[in-house]
Amino acid sequence: MELKPGSRWKSAVCAAEVVVVRPAKTSVTLECGGQPMVALGTTVPEGAALAPELAAGVSAGKRYFDAESGLEVLGSKAGKGTLAVGGKPLALKEAKALPASD
Amino acid sequence: MHTSLLLEMAAGDAAERLAVTGGHVSISFDELAIRARAAGAWLEAQEGKTLVFVGLNGVDLPVAIFAGAFAGKPFAPLNYRLADADLRRLLARTAPSVAIVDDDMLMRLEDTPGVQLLPRSQFESICMDPRYRAAELAPCDPDIAVLLFTSGTTGEPKAAVLRHSHLTSYVISTVEFMGSAEAEAALVCVPPYHIAGISAILTGIYGGRRLVYLPSFTPEEWVGAAAAEKISHAMVVPTMLGRILDVIEAHGQKLPDLQLLSYGGGRMPPVVIERALALLPHVDFVNAYGLTETSSTVAILGPEDHRVAMSSSDPAVRRRLGSVGRPLPSLELEIRDPEGRVLPPGQSGEVYVRGDQVAGEYLHKKAIQDDGWFATNDAGWLDEAGYLFVEGRLDDVIVRGGENISPGEIEDVLRAHPAVRDVAVFGLPDDQWGERVAAVVVTRDGSRDEGGLAAWVKAKLRSTRTPETWDFRVELPYNETGKLLRRVLKTELTAAQKVA
Repeated sequence: MELKPGSRWKSAVCAAEVVVVRPAKTSVTLECGGQPMVALGTTVPEGAALAPELAAGVSAGKRYFDAESGLEVLGSKAGKGTLAVGGKPLALKEAKALPASD
Repeated sequence: MHTSLLLEMAAGDAAERLAVTGGHVSISFDELAIRARAAGAWLEAQEGKTLVFVGLNGVDLPVAIFAGAFAGKPFAPLNYRLADADLRRLLARTAPSVAIVDDDMLMRLEDTPGVQLLPRSQFESICMDPRYRAAELAPCDPDIAVLLFTSGTTGEPKAAVLRHSHLTSYVISTVEFMGSAEAEAALVCVPPYHIAGISAILTGIYGGRRLVYLPSFTPEEWVGAAAAEKISHAMVVPTMLGRILDVIEAHGQKLPDLQLLSYGGGRMPPVVIERALALLPHVDFVNAYGLTETSSTVAILGPEDHRVAMSSSDPAVRRRLGSVGRPLPSLELEIRDPEGRVLPPGQSGEVYVRGDQVAGEYLHKKAIQDDGWFATNDAGWLDEAGYLFVEGRLDDVIVRGGENISPGEIEDVLRAHPAVRDVAVFGLPDDQWGERVAAVVVTRDGSRDEGGLAAWVKAKLRSTRTPETWDFRVELPYNETGKLLRRVLKTELTAAQKVA
């Protein structure tokens, strides 16, 4: 899976969608709810189910990252699964709120 | 990431919430997305490769920006206040293009080669046409989101390139998605062709804050709209703020709903911001410093910074009211000397920035270094706590009331006057406009006809470009390589102004 910046991916097991903000420095597989995510616009494989222990959820507008590979994604649609790389859950990126300047 | 996804996310999360108000019309996030897609579907079938916008602020502006994004065509808003010949020349540079033009401005632009003119009323019809509203958009992978023409030192505007990646990086790193309360509303009065006008749309939509448009700015209308629309947030350029305060002082409006007022786009005279803090004690003030080439804000002086500075007896803290605050956490900022060495706090040099939002690029010319650093061409220094003080452009562009004025253009006009032998034009600090235009003239016959020269400039350029301060000399200072030393004159006249 080529996780190019700006590329969009959807979960095979829930409604979650993400967009890649920062690519991984190494080749990694992005998963949601225990299953590899698929490129948005392609068919979701049938029969895949959400792993109950990987149901921490994805929020729209939150950023998630993998410190090891450098991969960072933005949740563009909320869902139930946990985002992970090679079975390791992504961390939520805490952003400090800035005062409106525009 | 595409800017269109910002709107899709907002419409997906809060379809019914009001997104934009202009005139007496308000539309929801869902309707904004439907109109933008409809216009995008129409646009993708047109030959023009760029979507130009020549017109006043309004609901159509965000629709058009996102229509361009959906169709994969750069959006290029032009300055309708330019003289006809200048506007036509800019428009011709966008060919092949489609230009949305306010109906009453069409006459100015007819028969521009390679440009398909679309009256704004027709654009609105397309947005409401059921065929286009139901149309499927072809997937596209656009790169350039916005082209903004900025005045350079030579006077001929450069087209700054802002890619989707720069703008979305800026938005997602500075704004919390749907972080605004539903009642919040932002009053937008910066023109469509200003970077703040573009960023206001993107950050407003992503944050879920309703955008309220003033077609064009007058202080009375601004105060009236702020009260009537229960405006919670607004951004103004320094010149606007002074005039707004005059109206508030004269009529006693309290603007109880106003929570936050940000300002930027030029030097804010300390007397104005001190007056604002006193007149509007319930309002948070934010000073934002940024450039077109950096996708808007790169440093912020926040509300708490204002309060601390205002109430401090320590001069080093107090003077931060005149700073632009600290750099955003998502980017790096350095002060460097002309040889590129990084300078320590307290020393003045050129401001450099690096980060995902920094575009630093013009059409056909990359201005960013290979390592990602961008030289802003602004002079400034950092204090010990990291507050940035911006001293002005390194080159000599005059920023008067948020408008960039190129001295060379005015000098050219004056030099064409029969009595003028030599001339230097530059900006002087001005409490109302940030800077005002000054001219030092050497005449052939020793005459000192200020009024005649002012009328000469006014007839050929706009009144904002007519010098307000005049001085007459027997010669002008040049360096050994023949370069006019405007800075020397500027220092002398600034000192003379202080004495006076």
